Amino acid sequence: MVEPAAEGKPRAKVEVRDLTIRYGAKAALANASFEIRENEIFGIVGPAGSGKTSFLRVLNRMDQFVPEMETEGQVLIDGNDIDRWRNLYALRRRIGVVFPLPVGLPLSVYDNVALSPRLSGVRKKVDLDVIVERCLTRAALWDEVKDRLDSLGSLLSGGQQQRLTIARALSQDPDLLLLDEFSIAVDPVTTMRIEDVLKDLRDEMTIVLVTNLVQQAARLADRTAFFLTGELVEVGETEALFGGKSEDERTRGYLAGRFG
Amino acid sequence: MFETTTLNEQNRTVEKLWRTLLLVMTLLLILPVLVILAVLVYKGGPVLSLDFLLTEPTNGMTAGGILPALIGTVWLVSVALLASVPIGVAAALYLSEYAPENWLTRALNLAIINLAGVPSIVHALFGVGAFVLFFRFGTSILAASLTLAVMTLPVVIVATKESLQAVPQAFREACWNMGATRWQTIRKIVLPNSISGILTGVILEVSRTAGETAPIMFTGAAFFLPFLPQGVFDQTMAMSLHLFVVSTQVPDVPEALPYGVALVLIAMVLAMNATSIAFRTYLRGRKKW
Repeated sequence: MVEPAAEGKPRAKVEVRDLTIRYGAKAALANASFEIRENEIFGIVGPAGSGKTSFLRVLNRMDQFVPEMETEGQVLIDGNDIDRWRNLYALRRRIGVVFPLPVGLPLSVYDNVALSPRLSGVRKKVDLDVIVERCLTRAALWDEVKDRLDSLGSLLSGGQQQRLTIARALSQDPDLLLLDEFSIAVDPVTTMRIEDVLKDLRDEMTIVLVTNLVQQAARLADRTAFFLTGELVEVGETEALFGGKSEDERTRGYLAGRFG
Repeated sequence: MFETTTLNEQNRTVEKLWRTLLLVMTLLLILPVLVILAVLVYKGGPVLSLDFLLTEPTNGMTAGGILPALIGTVWLVSVALLASVPIGVAAALYLSEYAPENWLTRALNLAIINLAGVPSIVHALFGVGAFVLFFRFGTSILAASLTLAVMTLPVVIVATKESLQAVPQAFREACWNMGATRWQTIRKIVLPNSISGILTGVILEVSRTAGETAPIMFTGAAFFLPFLPQGVFDQTMAMSLHLFVVSTQVPDVPEALPYGVALVLIAMVLAMNATSIAFRTYLRGRKKW
């Protein structure tokens, strides 16, 4: 484990060192180095094809399931190199993931949220009940589904399914939460509700928010990174970046909506 | 603006023509099935009775019932299923859920497709060589059933693989992302959602197995046996072979008898197909996404 953080300096949750991600000959991300700090919302913005999703896949070692995906460089979570992590399943359990399109598993609402605890050995109904209620409440879904926990999760509306997905991610009790363009299939009202949820969650976990919506990053992220066609252009405090203080012409152009 | 032009008229005529043509083709397709069923019922119907199903053939197979053949077919199909379903489902699970995309996987898939194309008489000879002689099972239910199992394995594997692959990949990814192993994902998500398709494939396999003749002729099915099989190392009579025998090999069989045997056999197969369809309809109604 790493040393406790020095006074005043926030501890790094994720350290990325010279990370390159390749699909065959094509680089999805080249030589990126940056850190994600503990208990912050870290925004990643950039147009499609800029390597944002690939980066998330590397974080929880899902690149394992994509044979043509190769990585170089180092990623450290809590100071430990994820390539040396012996038990990938344990690594993934600590990392919650929310996809662009909601994936309600073909199980009941209850079982959707109870699945991960069950996989890691929680058997007692009372314990599961507590987890399910807590996670659904925190995902701002409990009031809507508490009377139909037995109905199918995949039959909920899109916005509800996305909150179900978030509840499921929370049921893993993660210390890192990855969101990949979570609001693509969600209406604006639900989006705002989820954003409020994320602000509250920041106290307990580190959140990586990949988004196509520049304004969403501006609203939520403490710091923001700008990816462009596989290059990490800039990382900085969100306020500074959006305040026009960016050093890079491309960042200023993208954030102002001149391209992308 | 909306007047009919000559081109419209032409299109409409051509449309009608094709629709009629395709309909006629489809009806032609059903015709043989209907004729077969009608002839069988008409000619074989009169010999059908409970006695016919529940007694043994008598008078050099020119009279009596078909009990040993009926029981024999049930034996053959059951043992064949016991062998082919576990192996077939396991192979399909491996190929669909675990196998990396490489030359070995491609070779395996190719082998399965080719296995499906091997003529049944070749399977019969393989069965004689492998099960009857090499494994010394003799001509027995076991040898015949294993031959049938080898022959129907590709059907089970392909049907199972297709049902597994009908489960959206996003479900698997969601599970893997939360730290589930591949097996946990299969058990919790993939299998429960593909079991209907797998069972449908199995039932179709049963109906095909029941009708096969060549693979069992040399491996375990007997011309005539005055007793019922007591175990898997016994020989047995079978419906399909019995039909062949009473139709061509035995003199002075009354005309209705072979039709009766054929009617029972086809009824068995149709009943199983109907079960399969009903089952699929039922489970599709409960489809979860």
